[in-house]
Amino acid sequence: MSTHNHSTLAATRPDFAAIASWIPQGASVLDLGCGDGSLLRYLQDTSKVQGYGVEISDDNIVACIQNQVNVIQGDLESGLSGFESNAFDYVILSQTLQATRHTEPLMQEMLRAGREGIVSFPNFGYWRNRMNILQGNMPVSEVLPYQWYDTPNVHLCTLIDFETFCHDNKIQILDRRVMTGDNEIKLLPNLLGSTAVYRFKRAV
Amino acid sequence: MNASNSIGIVSAQHAQFDTPFACKSGAVLPSYELIYETYGTLNEDKSNAILVCHALSGHHHVAGYYADDPKNIGWWDTMIGPGKPIDTQKFFVIGLNNLGGCHGSTGPISLNPETGKPYGASFPIVTVEDWVKSQAQLADKLGINQFAAVIGGSLGGMQALQWSLAYPERVRHVLAIASAPRLTAQNIAFNDVARNAILTDPDFYGGDYYEHGVVPTRGLRLARMLGHITYLSNDAMADKFGRGLRSDKYSYSYDIDFEIESYLRYQGDKFAAYFDANSYLLMTKALDYFDPAREYNDDLNKAFAVARANFLVVSFTTDWRFAPERSRAIVKSLLHNRLKVSYAEITSTHGHDSFLMQHTHYHNVMRAYFDNIASEFTA
Repeated sequence: MSTHNHSTLAATRPDFAAIASWIPQGASVLDLGCGDGSLLRYLQDTSKVQGYGVEISDDNIVACIQNQVNVIQGDLESGLSGFESNAFDYVILSQTLQATRHTEPLMQEMLRAGREGIVSFPNFGYWRNRMNILQGNMPVSEVLPYQWYDTPNVHLCTLIDFETFCHDNKIQILDRRVMTGDNEIKLLPNLLGSTAVYRFKRAV
Repeated sequence: MNASNSIGIVSAQHAQFDTPFACKSGAVLPSYELIYETYGTLNEDKSNAILVCHALSGHHHVAGYYADDPKNIGWWDTMIGPGKPIDTQKFFVIGLNNLGGCHGSTGPISLNPETGKPYGASFPIVTVEDWVKSQAQLADKLGINQFAAVIGGSLGGMQALQWSLAYPERVRHVLAIASAPRLTAQNIAFNDVARNAILTDPDFYGGDYYEHGVVPTRGLRLARMLGHITYLSNDAMADKFGRGLRSDKYSYSYDIDFEIESYLRYQGDKFAAYFDANSYLLMTKALDYFDPAREYNDDLNKAFAVARANFLVVSFTTDWRFAPERSRAIVKSLLHNRLKVSYAEITSTHGHDSFLMQHTHYHNVMRAYFDNIASEFTA
């Protein structure tokens, strides 16, 4: 059986700690694009959540089961029709938003299946990315590790872009955490933050 | 196949039940017998037992082989054995032949104690619910109060699901492979054509062919041929046979021209030589009747409200007889009831038959799940 060292995991993925801090004990959670189930395992162990993941990759299905995480194999791009409305307290899209093709309907689907949504994504407005562009190259970094020709990231955005998107789609932002590595960024987040995590709900 | 990880020589056992068995149909069997095999060792607190439920043409010989018939290898030997996904070094595995079968459990070919003649047409149509009830009686006899898991493919998966509904406290994990919460109209239609092939065979004699010294071979053969077509995918058939000819010329007759014809006839003949037509009829009817949502106004969510088990649901992309969407319907109802469930949709070219195949990813999923089950009682 595989067991994770939580502090190591939280260090590798600082957005995990931010997400965990928002989720109360025993909440029901759907993690879209859950990978090997690390986040859900972390939330199960720290917050006793009742969690399910959605994954498309065969290898990750096996990894999730090995992590003792419930996982449903499926393609996010074909929607969340397998999930009832308001079935979850939180629907999470962690480091996956930028790689979704049908981003707009997926965000709406998140808020249909869940009471609140949480997304984390790499901030394209981070100063190092801007520097790369100024120097004439597409950014390649720890947070954006792909070359332009092999990247799965088709919908990269900045914090400002995302917040405008939420406003236009009647999505109310409830909380925001911006980070660079382990450090939380409060000052000039759209310039100094490499990763953003948002919690949101449908605006009434 | 690697002989070194076979469970090796196995033998069948019998369990006799002398209390009358009331079937869902209202019919009563005065007594009955089940034939079964076991692999591995039941642990001290009897917490490591796995029940394997068979599909339409399956039986109790699930793994290993017989001393006097070493080529007769169990139908799920790829899945069950030492070091295999269902590891017999950790689990105590039970396979049985269902009531109404033709491999040694009481069925239409058995002698009716009241008449001294084979039951034949008088054998009651038994259901998935009846099978699960009889399986629970076998578990009682073996001293197993709760299964670590009940698993089955296709019709076997329906039995596994039924366990979670009829005996929610007696099963910790349910694995429904290539299964469905009920058959579609198309699926029932295939079964009815198969049944009609048997029922209209002149050698059927209304089900009492035993006393005429014949068997409705033609009907059974056709039924099996039809079944085989639906168990394979279009692609798998194209890959395996294409338009390949037995000889290089057309015969301009109704003899066998194409390889697929030869294959289907061979499969039909082989099956008709050992399977009982009444058992086949009865098993297809059990498939058609299974519908746990029926008692709940067709609401599957309500049907699963009593379930307590954790679930693994598996489907195969090219299985059109028990399509992935049928498995996803099960998953949706389990989610509705906030039950623990994982779902794997295996990419395979082999259609419905995939669940019996040795497929690396499929076996990795099963192994990972069974390792978790084992960790619950070895931890």
